[in-house]
Amino acid sequence: MLDGPQTLSVSIWRGTGTTGAFQSFEVPRQGSQTVLDVVSWIQQNLDPTLTYRYACRVGMCGSCAMMVNGVPRWTCRTHVNKVDQGGALTIGPLRNLPVIKDLAADMDPFFEKWVKAEGLFHPARTRHEEVARVDPASEARRTADRAIECINCSVCYAACDTVAGNPDYLGPAALNRAWSVVNDERDAGRAEVLAAVSVSGGCHNCHSQGSCTRHCPNELSPLDSIAGLKRETARSFWRKGR
Amino acid sequence: MLDLRLYMLQRLSALVMAPLVLGHLALMVYAVQGGISAGEILARTQGSLGWALYYGLFLVAAAIHAAIGLRVILAETLALRSRAFLDLFTLAVGAVFLILGLRALHAVTLA
Ligand code: HEM
Ligand code: SF4
Ligand code: SF4
Ligand code: FES
Repeated sequence: MLDGPQTLSVSIWRGTGTTGAFQSFEVPRQGSQTVLDVVSWIQQNLDPTLTYRYACRVGMCGSCAMMVNGVPRWTCRTHVNKVDQGGALTIGPLRNLPVIKDLAADMDPFFEKWVKAEGLFHPARTRHEEVARVDPASEARRTADRAIECINCSVCYAACDTVAGNPDYLGPAALNRAWSVVNDERDAGRAEVLAAVSVSGGCHNCHSQGSCTRHCPNELSPLDSIAGLKRETARSFWRKGR
Repeated sequence: MLDLRLYMLQRLSALVMAPLVLGHLALMVYAVQGGISAGEILARTQGSLGWALYYGLFLVAAAIHAAIGLRVILAETLALRSRAFLDLFTLAVGAVFLILGLRALHAVTLA
């Protein structure tokens, strides 16, 4: 038998676009139950029209993030007994993104900002040249290491109050990616990346309060990556005046 | 809505203000010993080019810094996206602070 209430009172956001309301469901509690298990159980047993998104169920794909009792989380790796409030769960779509339907947020703005931040590889060689060797012990490589395990889950983006107040702000994940590109010795687009993160929605809008780092399920620190971008852009400001 | 230039301006103005704030606080602690009066302050500041420059620099830095700061607060509180409007707001706020400050500075130092 599990300790505490045997049923969960679950409130789930239902609706499309900007309209909707929370709907209540009763779900039996189980051992080692995740929040994603709860959502799946409702969809399989109570309401097949419930829309949500997941793929890997093991914290790899980054598609299952939702707001759980007001906090952005990867639901497949979030155990109910760590987050329920006396058997109550309120589950909504990710903050700071438009809603497609129910728990499925529209990720387009999130990924568009990755591209805007130049968070992509700018090759320096062609396929006919030798593969570049990167020393795993080099400082740049070790700095990049701390930023590369991002699963694009948008948890940090949902946690960021600056995104909430400034719709043009590129946000922690895109800037974290930009920082790993800046530290990639093979990348030929360093100046473009620094210019892309210096525009009016760029890294300089971050207030360094660290919600992104606090909530990142993969324990990355977009906060530190953004501090690195601020440092490098300030340096290039003195050198080139921009 | 800060780009690199506004960000640098805000950090640099803060950098200028930091030692000036400390000097200002130290002066206040010193000046308040044994009571303080308007006459005593004016005796120190009136006709002093040094104090006019000290507080003049402080004033310019504070006007720039506060105008950019208020721009950020306004933009994020109301989710404003118009750069033209925010630029106008920043310039207007900076100008008002500068004019008010320069008037006061003029009165206590060079008038
Ligand atoms: C030595 C003195 C000061 C230092 C070191 C300083 C530093 C800073 C810094 C680093 C920020 C950016 C915070 C962020 O982006 O998250 C900031 C913001 C701000 N500052 Fe100052 N400041 C000083 C004095 C002042 C003064 C005297 C005023 C008012 C006249 C002022 C008004 C503001 C405002 C309104 C903001 C915007 C708040 C925000 O962006 O979060 N500051 N200050
Ligand atoms: S530290 Fe910066 S990016 Fe992270 S949540 Fe705060 S404002 Fe957003
Ligand atoms: S930085 Fe962390 S929270 Fe943000 S998208 Fe990547 S894995 Fe998710
Ligand atoms: S389902 Fe893939 S990270 Fe949760």
